[in-house]
Amino acid sequence: MVTPKVQVENLRLSYGSKEVIHGISFDIEPNEILGIIGPAQSGKTSLLRCINRTMEFTAGTKMSGTIRVDGEDTAKMRDVYGLRRRIGMVAPLPVGLPLSIYDNVAFAPRAAGMNNKSELSALVEKCLRQAALWDEVKDRLDSLGTKLSGGQQQRLTIARALSHSPEILCLDEFSIAIDPVTTMRIEDVLKELKKDMTIILVTNLVQQARRLAARTMFMWNGEIIELGPTEQLFGDNPKDKRTHDYVNGIFG
Amino acid sequence: MTSSRSALSIYGEKAIEWLIRICGVSAIIFVFAIFFFVFREGAPFLADEKFSLWKFLTSTEWYPTSMSNIRYGTFALIAGTLSVTGVAMLIAVPFGLGAAIFVSEFCTGKLREFLKVIIELLAAIPSIVWGFIGLTVMNPVIQTVFHVQVGLNVLNAAILLALMSIPVMVSIGEDALKAVPDSYREAAIALGATRWQLIWRALLPAAKNGLLAAVLLGVGRAVGETMAVLMATGHAVNVPHSIFDSVRTLTATIAAELGEASEGSPHYRVLFLIGILLFTITFIVNLVADFVVKGIKNK
Repeated sequence: MVTPKVQVENLRLSYGSKEVIHGISFDIEPNEILGIIGPAQSGKTSLLRCINRTMEFTAGTKMSGTIRVDGEDTAKMRDVYGLRRRIGMVAPLPVGLPLSIYDNVAFAPRAAGMNNKSELSALVEKCLRQAALWDEVKDRLDSLGTKLSGGQQQRLTIARALSHSPEILCLDEFSIAIDPVTTMRIEDVLKELKKDMTIILVTNLVQQARRLAARTMFMWNGEIIELGPTEQLFGDNPKDKRTHDYVNGIFG
Repeated sequence: MTSSRSALSIYGEKAIEWLIRICGVSAIIFVFAIFFFVFREGAPFLADEKFSLWKFLTSTEWYPTSMSNIRYGTFALIAGTLSVTGVAMLIAVPFGLGAAIFVSEFCTGKLREFLKVIIELLAAIPSIVWGFIGLTVMNPVIQTVFHVQVGLNVLNAAILLALMSIPVMVSIGEDALKAVPDSYREAAIALGATRWQLIWRALLPAAKNGLLAAVLLGVGRAVGETMAVLMATGHAVNVPHSIFDSVRTLTATIAAELGEASEGSPHYRVLFLIGILLFTITFIVNLVADFVVKGIKNK
């Protein structure tokens, strides 16, 4: 049996006294796209932040349980920066750092110690192409990333997340600010990237999970309601009636 | 629905609008009024045949009350002000910005609150008290540590000025860093940045305008400070060759001599010209900073 890329075991998370993830366990296989769907406040983003250990950055959070990447307990990893570089993260609201477009994409490689100019430029171009942004910005790589439109900034963050060649790519509702045509282009890129990396796709567009993910997880109030082949969740007979209601838009 | 507003509320709104407009314009009026006043007192002397602007700016000889040969050269005073301010900034900028980064990014909870209170306390010390410290504490310390004859010199005043401008820099700088959205920090951290890389490559670029404003306020404080430097520089008209030389600043000269100059006399007018000079220096500093900020923005 292949070691799962990510193993989450009995993960609990609380902000202060309020528990937001109530002991969930699941595995993510290498080179799969796992879709995670669920309403707001169900713990999807928190889950991603636990995986790349940026949760520690928020004061007052308490986490228990184990998360393993390639079988190794992330909590025991000493090089937390190395771990974060193995995981690409695209946040739901586009956060272009207040740097030039070029510097945004070159941020992580530089932080990791890459200094060769031609290597960097080639990498920046490759990532911007993958994020379907190259043609729009190739003439103004020096202008501020924060001056791009919302959709462009979102693609910039995707390019940035790809810049450190992550093994795991976490996309947190990446298509909120992107038009449908560009979304489809990026979805095609994701299908390509699947060969090289494992993708966790948190999305509010349930149809997006259906298009891309082999398996889908439905989270609600910090619990996993159902995790299984996407077809099962979207079919006529998911295991839980709430799943059926949610994906068909007749919730609550 | 009858939603036509009463005449009273419309006039009320107009009145408030005007009030706010007056508040905004008043700043301009005050600046121009001060400028006008200083100019009116100083400018007539510019036309005096005994006065040479070139000598005023470049001569090091300041003998405003000489019996035989009166000379008004302010170069030594300008050098005094610039040297004291420059050395003060060399000390204050790294310390001030470092402290701002520490308070904003590394401190949490009690330590943070404690530090902020202490720093605000530092800002509240009157400048005469600083001058007193310079005269009675720093003077002997500098004499013994550096083995120099006079402890009242550029270094002494610069250290005092640095300590006076650091609190301003820390509180403004900390505000600037706090104003950087947490999402930037999150994004940089998620890209594998270490704490140092986060600060150097993401936070400082994001907060640079605010940090520059913090430094400028510090410079402004240092250029304009009078009492402490009057007491700590040694008050000797002298172009300094090292930080252990005594100097005299523009501000201290005005403070020390204006009381003795009879109103309307050439000496009196020259002191006002020094005021205009100070005005010009701070104006240039602000202008340069403005250009720097704009340059960064347009990049």
